[in-house]
Amino acid sequence: MSRSVRAASWGAVWALWLRQIKRYLRSRSRLVGSLGQPVLFLVALGFGFGPVFEKAGGGNYIQFLTPGIVLMGVLFTAIFSGIEIIWDRQFGFLKETLVAPAPRLFIMLGRTLGGATIAVIQGFLVLLVSFAAGFHLESWARLPAAALFMALTAVAFTALGTAIASVLEDMQGFQLIMNFLVMPIFFFSGSIFPLQSLPRFLTDVAAANPLTYGVDGLRLALSGGSYAGMGLDAAVLAGVAAVLVVAGAQLFSRIQA
Amino acid sequence: MDDSGGNIIEVKDLVKTFGNFTAVGGLSFSVKRGEIFSFLGPNGAGKTTTIKMLTTLLRPNSGSIRIAGLDPAREPLEVRRKFGIVFQDNSLDDDLTAWENMLFHTVLYGVPAGERRGRIEEMLRFVGLWDRRKDLVKHFSGGMKRRLEIARCLSHRPDLIFLDEPTSGLDPQNRSRLWEHLRRLNSELGTTIFLTTHSMEEAEKVSGRIIVIDGGKIAAEGTPDDIKRQTETQTLEEAFLALTGRDLRDDVPGAVDDMRKARLIWRGKSR
Repeated sequence: MSRSVRAASWGAVWALWLRQIKRYLRSRSRLVGSLGQPVLFLVALGFGFGPVFEKAGGGNYIQFLTPGIVLMGVLFTAIFSGIEIIWDRQFGFLKETLVAPAPRLFIMLGRTLGGATIAVIQGFLVLLVSFAAGFHLESWARLPAAALFMALTAVAFTALGTAIASVLEDMQGFQLIMNFLVMPIFFFSGSIFPLQSLPRFLTDVAAANPLTYGVDGLRLALSGGSYAGMGLDAAVLAGVAAVLVVAGAQLFSRIQA
Repeated sequence: MDDSGGNIIEVKDLVKTFGNFTAVGGLSFSVKRGEIFSFLGPNGAGKTTTIKMLTTLLRPNSGSIRIAGLDPAREPLEVRRKFGIVFQDNSLDDDLTAWENMLFHTVLYGVPAGERRGRIEEMLRFVGLWDRRKDLVKHFSGGMKRRLEIARCLSHRPDLIFLDEPTSGLDPQNRSRLWEHLRRLNSELGTTIFLTTHSMEEAEKVSGRIIVIDGGKIAAEGTPDDIKRQTETQTLEEAFLALTGRDLRDDVPGAVDDMRKARLIWRGKSR
């Protein structure tokens, strides 16, 4: 790689990251809108099922639920950031990046890091809102670990969104992705109910779901209590993120305008 | 590597197929450094497909391409540094300002940090948009967006620019202003311009040489006068019709066609 191409490559990562952040900060409707669903889930489920959960001996449901809802915000934002490629393709901007003298891998990396940063910010905003719902941190010292799990989850699912968007021509398949991929990933991750009491086939599904490890690790970091242990959670999530980034980069590199 | 014989583009036996459909069927041509070269043809003739192959966005099935002596298939990143492109449809980020779109481009093309501001200012002044640099692009008119795209594609100082229907959707004032900029660009900076347009009048005014393609093959090649002489016609438009026929094609509508149709429906003139 020549010096000029190397400069363009890392410049592309920075430029695409910055573009995502600027667009996010300028879109107040997106900022507020993407908080709506997690907050609705937090309030409706938290206060609706809280008393039942406590009576069944599960403890404080808001403490249990909040890490799952925080990652719900991260998951949705990350997937949609990846899928933004489809809009860029339809509105023409994607071509500007595809003819740039930077390898596609770096372009994909910039987009992924930008989307993941936004998803982590969104996760922290949900966490802030959850304090108003009665959530409290078990330990402030574990906040960096919480940020790590949010970041790994965000990278993995932004890359997944990018991979999906690289093979979709338009937004027609969007509802399909929501109903058959994103929602099952969220529901069968231990976000809103404990996995221990599930039937065997569903625990197997949850074990194969990368979000399960994100929720488990984040729950340990924020509220205490873990199913798999923080080390295993981080290792699995990092591995999945790496695989999805490589797969996303492969599919992105095949895009022809 | 040097250009072969002063040619900045060399294309030989270029073929591109999509399934059973042959979009480009064995094109061969060359473009000299510093000339304004027009690539004409009816909708669906293979113009945009050819540009996409020249600019590394599509891979040809066979044939060879050389851009400034480089092979786009082997050295796509080096080739991309040599050219700038203005696409048929808008490719700006409407949620960024004019300045940010320019900055984004210069970073993406590896322009040294110390040179970026100067180049952006130079190009924005060149196209008369310096005073609007802080405005979001979504508030720009079609003509301003076109000018900004030209400024952007010049900011990494390419030897060659591709303009795919640069005046589509523009009013006469903006067209005239755009051509004025392009002529200045060619004469002052010596930039080679590879152009596709539907406007025969404009092609005749600005082009040094022209190729007319139809059905993915070359129908005529030469200066505007050569082509009129070959077809025994008075204007380039008549020559174009003589070469490509007067029948309507099963065109795939472009964005501008869609906008025109939507406008007519909105005004209740069409269903």
